[in-house]
Amino acid sequence: MSSDAIRGERREVPAAGNLEALRALRAEGFNALVDLTCVDYQGQGRAERFDVIYRLMKLDPSTGLDAGRVEVHCAVGEGAVLRSAAPLWPVADWLEREVWDMYGVRFADRPGIKRLLMYEEFEGHALRKDYPIAKRQPLVGPKDGQKADAPSFNILKPTLRGE
Amino acid sequence: MQIDEAAPAGTMTTQLDAALGWARKYSIFQYPFVTACCGMEFMSTAASHYDMDRFGAGFPRFSPRQADVLMVVGTISHKMAPVLRRIYDQMPRPKWVVAFGVCTCTGGFYNNYSTVQGIDTIVPVDLYIPGCPPRPETVIQGLTLLQEKIAKERGLVREL
Amino acid sequence: MSSKTFLLNMGPQHPAMHGVVRLILELEGERIVKADCDIGYLHRAFEKHAETETWNNVVPWTDRLNYVSPLINNVGYALAAEKLAGIEVPERGQYIRVIACEISRVTDHLTCVGASAMELGAFTVFLYMIKAREYLYQLVDQLTGARITTAFTRVGGVKGDLPKDFAARFAEAAAKVREAVAESDKLLARNRIFMDRMEGTGVVSKETAVAYGMTGPFLRSTGVPYDVRRAHPYLVYDRLDFDVPVGSTGDNYDRYLCRMAEIEQSLRLVEQCLEKIPDGKHSLEPAEMKHAFEYQDAGKHGDVALLRKYAAKEDQTLEGMGPETVGSVRAAAPGVVLPPKERAYGSIEGLMNHFELVMWSWGVKIPAGETYMAVEGGNGELGFHVVSDGVNDGPWRVRCRPPCLFIMAALPEILKGSMIADIIPTFGSVNMIAGELDR
Repeated sequence: MSSDAIRGERREVPAAGNLEALRALRAEGFNALVDLTCVDYQGQGRAERFDVIYRLMKLDPSTGLDAGRVEVHCAVGEGAVLRSAAPLWPVADWLEREVWDMYGVRFADRPGIKRLLMYEEFEGHALRKDYPIAKRQPLVGPKDGQKADAPSFNILKPTLRGE
Repeated sequence: MQIDEAAPAGTMTTQLDAALGWARKYSIFQYPFVTACCGMEFMSTAASHYDMDRFGAGFPRFSPRQADVLMVVGTISHKMAPVLRRIYDQMPRPKWVVAFGVCTCTGGFYNNYSTVQGIDTIVPVDLYIPGCPPRPETVIQGLTLLQEKIAKERGLVREL
Repeated sequence: MSSKTFLLNMGPQHPAMHGVVRLILELEGERIVKADCDIGYLHRAFEKHAETETWNNVVPWTDRLNYVSPLINNVGYALAAEKLAGIEVPERGQYIRVIACEISRVTDHLTCVGASAMELGAFTVFLYMIKAREYLYQLVDQLTGARITTAFTRVGGVKGDLPKDFAARFAEAAAKVREAVAESDKLLARNRIFMDRMEGTGVVSKETAVAYGMTGPFLRSTGVPYDVRRAHPYLVYDRLDFDVPVGSTGDNYDRYLCRMAEIEQSLRLVEQCLEKIPDGKHSLEPAEMKHAFEYQDAGKHGDVALLRKYAAKEDQTLEGMGPETVGSVRAAAPGVVLPPKERAYGSIEGLMNHFELVMWSWGVKIPAGETYMAVEGGNGELGFHVVSDGVNDGPWRVRCRPPCLFIMAALPEILKGSMIADIIPTFGSVNMIAGELDR
């Protein structure tokens, strides 16, 4: 691969000032949030467990060319709270919900936070390194709050007759 | 009403069963519960090249109240499971369930926290069509097997 | 009385919505006051699985992300892993990847346009388009060995060479696809009903589209000609000639026109590739081949002459993987790329190389680091952020940037103020693929 323009320059930003840094980048012309994700480095000997990654792009709407990208890394610990980037790029709302859902990294200054991919009854954060991949949680029944062994869900009678 | 109660047991019921079975097997009203990749092969099978209509199953009913075969096409996640169960409950009897694709049969290679390991843990299944996704030929074979099963069914109401 | 609103739940299993998603609508009469979108009904833990697998084993999982264009996912992931490992695929391999990607893009757009037309009542178009897709699926079947779940790429190359007479077969299929597309276009493009449903509905402005990070046909319909193939050319796209079709109003009709134009562009791209592709050894003639087990048996009796004389005959799906072929479609990186089967069975070095690469917890090692690579998927920029810790034989983390998610996040805003009936064409033009959206 010749150049790494598609990844852009990597920048570290302290968790406490993430919104200010992002706002400065937004003012600099980074008008599109390409991605917002998180990596769990548990067991790699880092001071902070997670890296929240903001990937930004300067998109020129008239030519459709990309005038530069940047990859902003924000190291956060388990209890840390980042400030929401939703006022800058509205799509950050959903992406923050996903990061919270999968990693449990919290975001402040936003109207509540709901899981994006998993269901509300799910406990824990699935993409954390300490969540076992096959750890299943009880199925939720079709009626509110009923677990799998409730009468509305439990059906398994033998289905084959006379054959 | 069950036929068995009205008529004395014997030839008449058997004949009627056979006639009913024959009629039913060629008028499958399927409800495609399409969630994932298998839906692509389901489309292929339903469209003109492979043409499911040749087997009397060409008419999908998009309301569970009007369907008698529930085709579960694609992975069922834990979030989707209650929906599947509710749709199954809404279907009138007699009803049959087809597990289309290996994810619905056993969970396939999605052995993880969010995937139901086989839909037979939540609804009773009559026919399993394995494959990831099954080729249209496999689906058609499965469909003919289901028709055989439907033809053998006795009585008007199927107990579960 | 007139200000009273009520809630309507649409989905997650709705006949006119191909894909599992739940819309919670607040309605005032038929008008949507507020919409909320609930996703995650097909969350299959792709990213978690990728962390437990070896580098090459992640490829089958990527098939099932955007299952309408699986080959593009394969290529995107392989490019990201190769970027991290510092491998460059030989030119022929790159051309084959472009061919695969573009065929997949056509199937993607055919499915999207066909399904959304069907939802508007144009069932004939659906049948035509699926029929056209069928020809391409058969082509993909010959190329990869599977119709949908292709798993075609490897880290460092592709599975094998093009099958024999691929160019002729493609020309045949392309003619049929063009015919079907032209016919469908005649049925739709100036159709009063279709235009009334599509024109002026689901309008997105340039600003909204950019702010939400939308890409692909959805962004291009608003007039922004952003295409990863243009902005950041990967593989051999910079040597090929293609147009990026753009719309002007950002409504559903423009998106339809964009997709239809892109089908033609993709077919053109494949044709150019087939012309420009550097020569390579195609599949071997069956007469020159022997089954692998015959090799082994002969070898046990000390007969090594056989090994030199014949190529290994594999399963039909492994055709095009002979020693000459593999060299032209896969990189020469013995630490990452599997050797051809003849070498694995015919020489101790090849055997050990093969064994080391497939052995559990031994396998392919990629130096520690992080990278990001994106390709133009069916719906837009399909990115992979890949992290390696340098110790395990698999990725530490694979993040897939799903293009649909960014469009779906904006859907509540797009739908606000429109009628219930407008949901169907708007949602259809998103081409939401749950496998990619929820991963």
